[in-house]
Amino acid sequence: MRCEKRGFGIRDWGFGKARMPLRIALLVGLLGLAASAQAQSAPAVDSGDTAWMLTSSMLVLLMTIPGLALFYGGMVRAKNLLSILMQCFAITALVTVLWMLYGYSLAFSSEGMHAGTVNLHSIVGGLDRALLAGLTPASQYQTVPESVFVMFQLTFAIITPALIIGAFAERMKFSALLWFSGLWLTIVYLPMAHMVWGGPGSLLGDLGVLDFAGGTVVHINAGIAGLVACLVIGKRRGYPHTPMPPHNLGYTVVGASLLWLGWFGFNAGSAAAANGSAGMAMLVTQIATAAAAIGWMAVEWIAHKRASVLGIVSGAVAGLVAVTPAAGTCGPGGALVLGLIAGAVCFFSATKLKRKLGYDDALDVFGVHAIAGIVGALLTGPLASPKLGGFGTVESLGGQLWIQAKGVAFTIVWSAVLSWIILKLVDLAIGLRVDPEQEQIGLDLSEHEEKAYNLS
Amino acid sequence: MKWITAVIKPFTLDDVREALAEAGVQGMTVTEVKGFGRQHGHTELYRGAEYVVDFLPKLKIEVAAADDQAERVIEAISSAARTGKVGDGKIFVSDLEQVIRIRTQEVDADAL
Repeated sequence: MRCEKRGFGIRDWGFGKARMPLRIALLVGLLGLAASAQAQSAPAVDSGDTAWMLTSSMLVLLMTIPGLALFYGGMVRAKNLLSILMQCFAITALVTVLWMLYGYSLAFSSEGMHAGTVNLHSIVGGLDRALLAGLTPASQYQTVPESVFVMFQLTFAIITPALIIGAFAERMKFSALLWFSGLWLTIVYLPMAHMVWGGPGSLLGDLGVLDFAGGTVVHINAGIAGLVACLVIGKRRGYPHTPMPPHNLGYTVVGASLLWLGWFGFNAGSAAAANGSAGMAMLVTQIATAAAAIGWMAVEWIAHKRASVLGIVSGAVAGLVAVTPAAGTCGPGGALVLGLIAGAVCFFSATKLKRKLGYDDALDVFGVHAIAGIVGALLTGPLASPKLGGFGTVESLGGQLWIQAKGVAFTIVWSAVLSWIILKLVDLAIGLRVDPEQEQIGLDLSEHEEKAYNLS
Repeated sequence: MKWITAVIKPFTLDDVREALAEAGVQGMTVTEVKGFGRQHGHTELYRGAEYVVDFLPKLKIEVAAADDQAERVIEAISSAARTGKVGDGKIFVSDLEQVIRIRTQEVDADAL
């Protein structure tokens, strides 16, 4: 396992290779002789780390409600605003319950895992931690209470399915949304999180893929699912001939700003400690985001002769996505370059590629999250090298790029195939889409019997 | 009497209202409207999706004026609402047969 893979690794104490499985072994009461020898050297709960992780958990929750909800909500038509807010809110509640029931266990149980061995538990965790079995106030994960780690990881599990809703916005049935989100979390997200962050014995972790805060697990995963979802459910009625302009870009700017703020919890929180790694992650996140906002704005200014508000905030989000996997290993210079590239590339994917190919990814989940996620995941490899100002232990730029590419390819195939199957199943069972009349009326009224705006 | 309807750029309303007050006008009706004339709409561009907006927001003001007052009213509107750029709007003047103030039942010039 590479130490810079994620902060939950080894960097800070050096002896962490056996620590995570050990911790859980302790919790389930399988304390062995070898384990007890290491337990004596396990670090105590650190109040500074704990305070930062408590804060980070709140920041990442803030990204979904209200950050993402407003970012997306402003971009839809007025008749669908509530449906977006409702979907984000309902996913937050649903995922929390599923996480408590079995989600945490499937993602983070280390039952049956052995470094270098590929078995079922390289792909998905066991059920030994279902219902959060064994979790007490004294349970510990590295230097923080395990309850904080459970909460922090939960907020990641919440935002990932919530990101996807932008692709099929303004046309999916609410009941189908709930089924899709629950199944997608279970079948796509939880194993993916386990494969990357499960510790020694996890499939992609053992491969050496660098993904500090979730470029593959969260953004490529959600972005690809979004593309598949908008292809399966079909275009909105009237797209692309009927104008469907954003109804309140003010909400979108507020939402993007909250995403930017919350992302410090996402990236700097992924250090799992209040330390130099967290500080550097915060700084490079800020730099990459600003660079991507400028990158998108500059290219748009040249291509469209105007710098737009929707453009600069979209660029910022692209930068946040791109720096996510790199935040633990790239340097400030690498973040600047990464951001500029992500902003410019996503301008083309969200404005040109979508028009050319004709799919209706309503709010550009693919064009921003998948594309910036892929750009970020690939460049994370070379930018981790000290030769390019990074702080990783990457020796071969090309070699690490190749490992990153394998991680990206795996994520794309994993998400595309399983998302497609889930969507088809839900479609067969209850139907994905509202009928044309309901779509015309808007989801707020037809699905929720409410209106966002009751003006005069 | 004359019925004077003008379609103007929204931001000129305050100047127009002041000019009309100086011209002795004691009441007017203002409506938010949309339309186009020689000034065509504009385009909006959201992440590459281009929308042509044909109808632009304007204000329609309606004023009833006595015959000897009409010229001053027209002059007031046309000077206050003019920017010299396309889209300043138009003034429509027609004959007005009768005016009745509902509260007092006064008619015509007394009702203006």
